Amino acid sequence: MSTDTPRQLTLRILRSSPGEGIAPHWQDFRVDEAEGMTLFIALNEIRDTLDPSLQFDFVCRAGICGSCGMLIDGRPGLACRSLTRDFGPLITLAPLPVFALIGDLSVDTGSWMRGTAERLETWIHSQAEPDLTAVEARMEPELAEAIYELDRCIECGCCVAGCGTLRMREDFVGAVGLNKIARFRLDPRDERSDEDYYELIGDDSGVFGCMSLLGCHDVCPKGLPLQTQIAFLRRRMVAVGLK
Amino acid sequence: MRIVYTDVLVIGGGLAGLRAAVGARRRGHEVVILSLVPAKRSHSAAAQGGMQASLGNTAKGEGDNEDVHFEDTVRGSDWGCDQAVARLFVHAAPQAVRELAAWGVPWNRVRAGEREVVMDGRRVMLSERPEAHGLIAARDFGGTKKWRTCYVSDGTGHAMLYAVSDKAVAEGIPVHERMEAIALIHEGGRCHGAIVRNLVTGELSAYVAKATCIATGGFGRIYRVTSNAVINEGIGAAIALETGAASLGNMEAVQFHPTTIFPAGILVTEGCRGDGGLLKDAAGHRFMPDYEPEKKELASRDVVSRRMEEHIRAGHGVKSRFGEHLWLDITLLGAAHIDGRLREVKEICRHFLGIDPARDFIPVRPAQHYSMGGIRTDARGEAYGLAGLFACGEAACWDLHGFNRLGGNSVAETVVAGMIVGENIADFVESPAGELQVSTALVQGFLAAEQGRLDALLQGKGMESATDIRRRMQDIMTDKVGIFRRGDLLAEAVDELQVLLQRSRRIGVATKRPGSNPELVAAYRVQKMLKLALCVAYGALQRTESRGAHYREDCPRRDDANWLMRTLASWNDPFQTLPTLAYEALDVRGMELPPGWRGYGARDAIEHPATASRAAEVAAIREAFGHADRAIVQQALMPYEHLVPLRFRGHNERLGDPR
Repeated sequence: MSTDTPRQLTLRILRSSPGEGIAPHWQDFRVDEAEGMTLFIALNEIRDTLDPSLQFDFVCRAGICGSCGMLIDGRPGLACRSLTRDFGPLITLAPLPVFALIGDLSVDTGSWMRGTAERLETWIHSQAEPDLTAVEARMEPELAEAIYELDRCIECGCCVAGCGTLRMREDFVGAVGLNKIARFRLDPRDERSDEDYYELIGDDSGVFGCMSLLGCHDVCPKGLPLQTQIAFLRRRMVAVGLK
Repeated sequence: MRIVYTDVLVIGGGLAGLRAAVGARRRGHEVVILSLVPAKRSHSAAAQGGMQASLGNTAKGEGDNEDVHFEDTVRGSDWGCDQAVARLFVHAAPQAVRELAAWGVPWNRVRAGEREVVMDGRRVMLSERPEAHGLIAARDFGGTKKWRTCYVSDGTGHAMLYAVSDKAVAEGIPVHERMEAIALIHEGGRCHGAIVRNLVTGELSAYVAKATCIATGGFGRIYRVTSNAVINEGIGAAIALETGAASLGNMEAVQFHPTTIFPAGILVTEGCRGDGGLLKDAAGHRFMPDYEPEKKELASRDVVSRRMEEHIRAGHGVKSRFGEHLWLDITLLGAAHIDGRLREVKEICRHFLGIDPARDFIPVRPAQHYSMGGIRTDARGEAYGLAGLFACGEAACWDLHGFNRLGGNSVAETVVAGMIVGENIADFVESPAGELQVSTALVQGFLAAEQGRLDALLQGKGMESATDIRRRMQDIMTDKVGIFRRGDLLAEAVDELQVLLQRSRRIGVATKRPGSNPELVAAYRVQKMLKLALCVAYGALQRTESRGAHYREDCPRRDDANWLMRTLASWNDPFQTLPTLAYEALDVRGMELPPGWRGYGARDAIEHPATASRAAEVAAIREAFGHADRAIVQQALMPYEHLVPLRFRGHNERLGDPR
């Protein structure tokens, strides 16, 4: 990138305000690119200097919290860690589909994810009440690391936005839901069996609804092994179904 | 008028609030959590390196226990903390980590046998005990005598937050998302809940509760350069301050983290140094041993941050177009270690800097990181001056951290305080004092007052810009109330902030729509943030000593004789432009660990007149008890068990304990 004359960027943003009945429309904003500029920096500059009403969601701005998922040039991604230098001079930004629209680039992922947690019961199911003063139960180091691998999901909603099935079936659990089942299934502290999991995901709204287009796998910002996990779960659930 | 009634209102959906909510819910009380964002997006998720708990499972943690953790914490605080609270905390921390293990946190585990680690710039072999295999592991962190920081790679806060958040879902606790408490409802020294603004519709409602708990985290965003999330604006602390009844403790105690990436200010964990990473200057020289021969890179954060800035001032910084920085070198740890234990750091380096930390040095410079100060509470978590108001986590000052918090003690504090304060809230709700007696007229009055303030911003004739005022506040705080402080600059900061506060009363909002309106939000928040900024700056101006993270170049010594005191800031009259400051003495005669040298940093404190006699008394008690059980000696020195909720009493078992 030339350091003398900064590029002028155009951010073409899909604006809307359902609460006020303002229908979606594109609006262009121009900003001078700066070294190391991210979409977080560019969007805040627009709000601070051009349009204080612009809505978007950032929290950690470090790629950790999953708040800022949006369609960047049509592809779901985290805006906070997207460097403008990786894009052309015209960048289009739109809210994630599937989720309820709040306004502009802000969508309600929270209610959707809470619904998933309640539906799939994404917590350790254990009858035993832990004795907090006793030495903890052991776990193999490799197993703990394997669980963390799946526990890294940040519920940003990119996989949901990139899912083909969810365009047709509103009740599909999505890769985020299937990955959570894979995570708890791997965890020996959860006493649920494959039969229990079958009740949760053993139909077309669960693992059998996946058409294996695997947009989820391609867009996951955390690089979760969604392809492998969905394929593996499908085999396990078929085994239960055939019993 | 929309009124929501509940037993317990928790404001803040991060780890502290969630854990307190679970505790109260399990005691049978109805709980509602308010959160600015979906709970799992809370800033707790950004805690990377780990939480301290003295399990003592790893080879370098052998022999660890509550006593060692206690002494590290008190030394870290520069004797500013409440030692009884520190005792309570170190006692409950092992229970918190074990509870989280049962709730699904995939803590990294001990692998028996030989393993190679990097210590002090060299590769050495450690041998883990076979009997510890599979127990919870720990890594090294700054200011600690043992390896005590339990971790999940460098996504510890994320794993903890998801486990506790899902536990709250399992308990059926509703989280009202995108809801912001903008005022507390109170009368006659009793808190009755909060006035709450819906950030999507703009609607105001009243949440009336027997007990209210503020767990809204820190206020780092009053600074320009901070590792904090954009939601860490301290509004929870500010609405407590605005009651005029509650007070904020030690607001001038602000932590700067040594390693945030330059210039974005995004945190890279202390675990980088704990695992063997080194700080280097423009010449590639490892400079920390020159300043701190004992602890080197692993002195406490206040000390390391100051040494880094000192080294830059001495002309050894790396020059860049954004200013000067230093290097964090973790290349010596190797790609395999970074891929397994420091993967968030690797992602951050790749996405924000375009570098691979296994090959390249990371540009770092200290940035605001943590608020030791907050809503002053007693050891039960109940606010001074306002019955029925509780606070926990970073938003509170029950005072675990004094003037400097140790790395790994904050994410530990969130869950420990949540456990303890959750029980105390339940006790309060079940007591006669917990009875709800509030008139709807009172609630209506608060609602109308808040609506009036918002209407004034929306419909008033103000011409001031919230964005400009906010940016100026952040510049003043970073430039004049930072790592190195000086009386003349602090006085300037206080003057300028007062002018800004007055200007903030004339803010105009161009966007008139009633619903989701980021401009209106920025306007009412900056009015509150300025009050916090003034508490910090004015508290720092008045405190003419250096203690922990509060460093005065014009008063460089810790002055126990005059300043072994906690600052209490209150704001009784909405039109005053400075907080009212009062001071609360710390009682040397009751301390288990009387003031002394920290083991790192300067060694020139001015002694408190009672220190010598208390030190002699402590020595005599230890002598008299000889080889008695350490718990019995401790009890004789400074009883704290009465502060531990019944559910969490008892001896924390460790590997190899005789039982």
